Amino acid sequence: MTSETVIEARGLTKVFGGRSGIFKGHSAGTRAVDGVDLAVRLGETLGLVGESGCGKSTTGRLLLRLIEPTTGSVFFNGRDLTELSKAELRRSRREMQIIFQDPYGSLNPRMTVGDAIAEAYVIHGIGDYATRQRSVREMLDLVRLPHSAAARYPHEFSGGQRQRIGIARALALRPGFVVCDEAVSALDVSVQAQIINLLQDLQRELNLTYLFISHNLSVVRHISDRVAVMYLGRIVEIAKADALFANPAHPYTRALLSAIPRSHPDELRHRHQLSGDLPSALAIPQGCRFVSRCPFSQERCRTIDPPLGSLSDHRLVACHRAADGTLPVFELNA
Amino acid sequence: MSAVVSGLEASSQSPTWHAATRLLHNRSFLIGAGLVLAIALMALFADALAPFDPLRNSFRTRLLAPDGRYWFGTDHFGRDILSRVIFGARISLTIGILTALLTGIAGTLIGATAGFFRPLDNPVMRLMDALMAFPAILLAIAVAAVLGASVTNVIIALAIATTPHTARIVRASVLVVREQEFVLAARALGASETRLLFRHVLPNALGPLIVRLTYVFATAILAEAALSFIGVGPPPPAPSFGSIIAQGRDFIAEAPWITIFPGLAIIISVLGLNLLGDGLRDVLDPRMRT
Repeated sequence: MTSETVIEARGLTKVFGGRSGIFKGHSAGTRAVDGVDLAVRLGETLGLVGESGCGKSTTGRLLLRLIEPTTGSVFFNGRDLTELSKAELRRSRREMQIIFQDPYGSLNPRMTVGDAIAEAYVIHGIGDYATRQRSVREMLDLVRLPHSAAARYPHEFSGGQRQRIGIARALALRPGFVVCDEAVSALDVSVQAQIINLLQDLQRELNLTYLFISHNLSVVRHISDRVAVMYLGRIVEIAKADALFANPAHPYTRALLSAIPRSHPDELRHRHQLSGDLPSALAIPQGCRFVSRCPFSQERCRTIDPPLGSLSDHRLVACHRAADGTLPVFELNA
Repeated sequence: MSAVVSGLEASSQSPTWHAATRLLHNRSFLIGAGLVLAIALMALFADALAPFDPLRNSFRTRLLAPDGRYWFGTDHFGRDILSRVIFGARISLTIGILTALLTGIAGTLIGATAGFFRPLDNPVMRLMDALMAFPAILLAIAVAAVLGASVTNVIIALAIATTPHTARIVRASVLVVREQEFVLAARALGASETRLLFRHVLPNALGPLIVRLTYVFATAILAEAALSFIGVGPPPPAPSFGSIIAQGRDFIAEAPWITIFPGLAIIISVLGLNLLGDGLRDVLDPRMRT
């Protein structure tokens, strides 16, 4: 694996709401993403996992600047996306795309599949009508849909077929970097497998780099080269997939992995059940944001916010005790 | 490369086509459309259908009760009420259609602007709220009184009175659609704001507007009658449903047919439009079903 970085977030933060105005009153706002540092390397699949509401999707959208970050910057092939003008940003969209979770909501019900895919070419003024139609057929081939699909409307397709259409649309401009935002979560398990295989085939054929956002740990483990774990708006651990799943360093990662259902009833389980609920993003705890649910917390965890520091084997962890190796040993039969 | 799709050989159905077929199975829509069509054809072929000149005065035929010759009777100028109702449909429907069209355009522009370009939302919608605070008919009376009585001014007055509510409906619908993922997907492709609005948001947001416009159409016919009744409607002698009723007011005891028949015409038109609107709502906007 090369270590050339395609896209990198530095101190990315997004606060929703929290404005003050005559009609709005005052509120601190929701810190959906709170200082995310993340680098995706050329040709890899970086999995991004975490529980619902931890800011995974928001991070994906911030990386593509589909929503404006409150602070922080995103470097795409060395250029700061947050500095680009609207026109420059629109041009740069050719190189980065997104595949959405909901195969029903992500396609315009009033556009034929052909129009939806060709829209990318129309927007960027690529080719004339005939070449666009040819490109649409190529894209349909690529996602294994028949050419006749081009004249049809989204409601005529199944969930898995719609997801293929969504992939064709995202890849129409031949981007290098694709955010898969829960791209298979809404599908049946059998269809999930097909779509995952398709995504992997396409990655090889087109040299794609993926940020694969999912709450499904098994899927992430299968598809990812590296995995980033997110908790309450921040990355708490990044490691190679094998290393992370075999030996999670952060207490939160441990709890998360122990929640993966086992396929065999006799298999040993070491459940690390967390107490309490996910704290509100409106009131993030002082110090380490995991402190309120961490079984290993110490005094310093309550006051000092641990930085994302590197351990051995290129692993990054944001935990005081993992950093000095004082966490109890953890065995996970996976 | 093997195609994973099979069994998709049926003819392609656009959502519009789909809606149209469902409309043809909606009884309320069919009855409403039938009534509206009847009135519309009457207005369209008024010249051929009307037995007399609606403006011809005749002292000898004053205030005749309905009979074989004058089916709907005559008024105090001896004019045939049937002919006046048939021609009245022209003016009343014209006012209804043009009001609906104007309010549709203005409401869409204002509502889409407020809903899609969020910084404009507050200023624009507070202005609409201020207009909405006036009862629509009162606002229409005021506008018509200021502009003077004419068909054009009645249309302008009614359009102004019905636009705020229409804008609100479009805005609400735009707010829902703009958050859908296909809009975000188009933005990710690099679509401009105007493209997003006109290609993706508006086509999916106009169902409630169409339903609203049938209601505006019906309201405009009623409001025209009300405006005519108090004397700020289309000026005489040209007949509209409202002006015929207004002129019959003084003779309502001895010649009730002057007011009854245009009244029935209003009932049929408004009932037809409301049924049509109900049917459209069931098909286009299931969320609003009551």
